[in-house]
Amino acid sequence: MTHTGDLLTTGENMKLSVLVLEGPYNHEASDSAYNFIQAALDKGHAIRGIFFYDDGVYNATKLMDPPQDDRHISKRWSELGARGIDMIVCVAAAKRRGITDEVLVPNIRISGLGQLATLIDESDRLVTFGD
Amino acid sequence: MAATGKKIMVTVRKAPHGSIYVQESIEVMFIFATYDMDLSVVFMDDGVLALQTGQDTKQLGTKGFMASLGALVDWEVTKVYVDRQSLKERNIPEGSIQPIGKDDDSGAPIRPKVLDSIEIATMMATQHSIVSF
Amino acid sequence: MLHTVNKSPFQNSALENCLRMARQGDVILLLEDGVYAVTAGTAKSHLIEQAIKQHEVYAIGADLKARGLSGLIDKVRVASYGDFVDLVERHPVHAWL
Repeated sequence: MTHTGDLLTTGENMKLSVLVLEGPYNHEASDSAYNFIQAALDKGHAIRGIFFYDDGVYNATKLMDPPQDDRHISKRWSELGARGIDMIVCVAAAKRRGITDEVLVPNIRISGLGQLATLIDESDRLVTFGD
Repeated sequence: MAATGKKIMVTVRKAPHGSIYVQESIEVMFIFATYDMDLSVVFMDDGVLALQTGQDTKQLGTKGFMASLGALVDWEVTKVYVDRQSLKERNIPEGSIQPIGKDDDSGAPIRPKVLDSIEIATMMATQHSIVSF
Repeated sequence: MLHTVNKSPFQNSALENCLRMARQGDVILLLEDGVYAVTAGTAKSHLIEQAIKQHEVYAIGADLKARGLSGLIDKVRVASYGDFVDLVERHPVHAWL
């Protein structure tokens, strides 16, 4: 991947990382992030990882039980994880908010903020979704 | 494990205490500093209120982040900047913002560097990635 | 730089703060409640009317549609999430949350 200043050489595939700072349903951040990621995947780009911080950690709970006719946010994050995308919930933020391994949906893991540093280092771009 | 010295910026734009963003952004700064990133931190807009002196959360009953803020330099977070216009708009004198560390030799307080918006914008344009709070 | 703004200009000054910092060649993308900034004839329309003289301005179509918005300020471009991705390919991002 060649970089010219801050311009990626267009036409090449990017490695993107996404940071989600808000919980599901309460803010649109989770939806915007998901829709952006789907569009990036459709265009053939790679998602290096998705990192959930602040209230974003609530996106990963399997205890979510929304109405049947609405999107199930943690399930669809889990489905992205099943495609091999690294889905990480920050351990410090998770502990504060009661998100533990026991309540995680499949294909999402809890790890430290260092993983965010790694994601950013191994990506061409970081996009942040929050409030 | 070491990152490759990429220029990463963290921007803090929200007021402290009314939400956790300032506090949790500082935790990010600590970690990024240990990862060999070329880290810059910018406090702007309401984020400059995090640098107000005399913050005391005892009565509120929250832990607060003031101790962590004062330890930024100890944790190798040294490129810390604050937007001049944001300080002015909020009537915070430049000389009295919260220190982020102490000089090893003289013991003098180290404060974030006050910059004009155009300098901050120029710095933003050179970053590999920006984490915003 | 690609500047994303997701809050209504009536709610807070994120858009104003963004436009203060935006440089020549930077692009502005409104999403979520930020799209309220691109409708014409409001008390805040002047922000984007001014910005569009110097920057490309995009608004996410899905967010405009969700909010029932039409009558956009002249020259504002409606963007798909795919367009958003293309913009990210061209520019590093700062999110004005």
